[in-house]
Amino acid sequence: MVVNVPKPAEELIELLSDYSSLFIVACGGCPIGCDSGGEPRINELTELLQKNKKVIGNTMIDFLCNKVLVGSKLRYKVEQLETADAMLVVSCGIGVQATAAMVDLPAVPANDTLSSQGMQGLWPSNERCAGCGTCYLGLTGGICPITSCSKSLLNGMCGGQHDGLCEVEEKRDCGWYLIYKRLKELGKLENLKKIPKLRDYRKQDVSDKERNTTRWALEKAVIYEAPGQTEGEKEE
Amino acid sequence: MSKLKESLEQGKFTITGEIGPPKGYDLSHCWEKEVSYVRDRVVAINVTDNQSSVMRISSWAVCTKLAQDGLEPILQITCRDRNRLAIQGDILGAYVHGIRNILALTGDHNTAGDHPESMPVFDLDSVSLLMAISGLIKGKDLAGEELESMPDEIFPGAIVTPGADPMEMQLIKMERKIEAGAKFFQTQAIYDPKIFENFMKEAEKFKVPVLCGVVIIKSAGMANYMNNFVPGVVVPDEMITPLKEASKEDRPHKSVELMANFIKDVKPMCQGLHIMAMGWERYVPELLDMCEL
Repeated sequence: MVVNVPKPAEELIELLSDYSSLFIVACGGCPIGCDSGGEPRINELTELLQKNKKVIGNTMIDFLCNKVLVGSKLRYKVEQLETADAMLVVSCGIGVQATAAMVDLPAVPANDTLSSQGMQGLWPSNERCAGCGTCYLGLTGGICPITSCSKSLLNGMCGGQHDGLCEVEEKRDCGWYLIYKRLKELGKLENLKKIPKLRDYRKQDVSDKERNTTRWALEKAVIYEAPGQTEGEKEE
Repeated sequence: MSKLKESLEQGKFTITGEIGPPKGYDLSHCWEKEVSYVRDRVVAINVTDNQSSVMRISSWAVCTKLAQDGLEPILQITCRDRNRLAIQGDILGAYVHGIRNILALTGDHNTAGDHPESMPVFDLDSVSLLMAISGLIKGKDLAGEELESMPDEIFPGAIVTPGADPMEMQLIKMERKIEAGAKFFQTQAIYDPKIFENFMKEAEKFKVPVLCGVVIIKSAGMANYMNNFVPGVVVPDEMITPLKEASKEDRPHKSVELMANFIKDVKPMCQGLHIMAMGWERYVPELLDMCEL
């Protein structure tokens, strides 16, 4: 499971300060097991944001790490998405990247991803999440600087970039070139000034409490609260 | 006080050189074949830090030797090999040995060099390293802890690639470096005065001195290598053809002449030169004589 925890509310509000209308895309996989997603989180976020923004709508998709599924499901939401300034994505870093890759709107992460334990969802494509615990995707056009840059730089491309490629490997894309292009397309180059200049490596650590409670939450969801099962049936 | 800072502040056309430390501790070749030719012609000398990710004697140790010899070192620091604790400690260590100038670089990736299996650190990058230096100058480390004594004479600088594409991103990063504390820039090698002029038109607004990077092209083969493998560097055909046509004996002179013409073109546009002779230090005096520098 990909462990992800809610971003602090103040950070989220700051990240969303440029946007006035939002559409919430939530993952129906790991975040539910981590108590950082699902209907309760959608409702909580809607309530928080409706104070000074418009929340146009929301959708829950089984696994946001499946890009094809994300694309096909969001196709039914085109009208709503067209009126949104940005998407707020409740998922791990993979889901945010997958959603950003499918829709021409800024995708802002509602969660920070900590680590991948055991099964990691479907993950069939090229996006990667390092579980850095400080999701930067809301400022980088949905492209991760930690996993798409061979040096995991935070302050823009290094001198090794050439023709949009990385110095490390022939034909490997320079992550910062992709971020630059994407932000330019979105008209958000000024985001580059807002990215924190230093990493805090403490944030990627998964505390003992998180290790245990997240696993417990998932097991509880799968074993005791399977869909269609009522309280009464459980007791029998 | 940093002699480099002094020279730039006085508005002098400032020339810096560069040496690459050996893979060993014997510095005699370095002094006889590199330092000796440039020592009286440059204000300061860069010492590279595990250049191209190839393990060599540490930059600060060679800088210390330069300082002991009465020369002005520029300590190059990359972020590939050490984390923020080690780098800040090294900066203080260098300071106690009289090193005043630091050039902050991100550094090539480990896979470029002779220890490709090593851990890429990159805890900091060129921008956050400059932030760290600026903090130390003011008496605080990156964690915000106070220093017992301040290395307040450090003169920090950075690099920029005038031929980089996209230029917009290069300028954004240059600005970020200036905000983080860069007080001077040395550029990647450049050969086309037009490209340099276009770059300087954009960079002038920052009002930070720029030393134009000069790597003497030794042969047509080297020019082709740079065109193919060094990002942001373009050697125009007008430079390659004369080198191809020159006889082997005439070639060094032809190279120097071509570079001298380039330097004369760019001199009015910038505040100095950074000469990376890469084994051709013996031709540097001739080159500078031709440019009356």
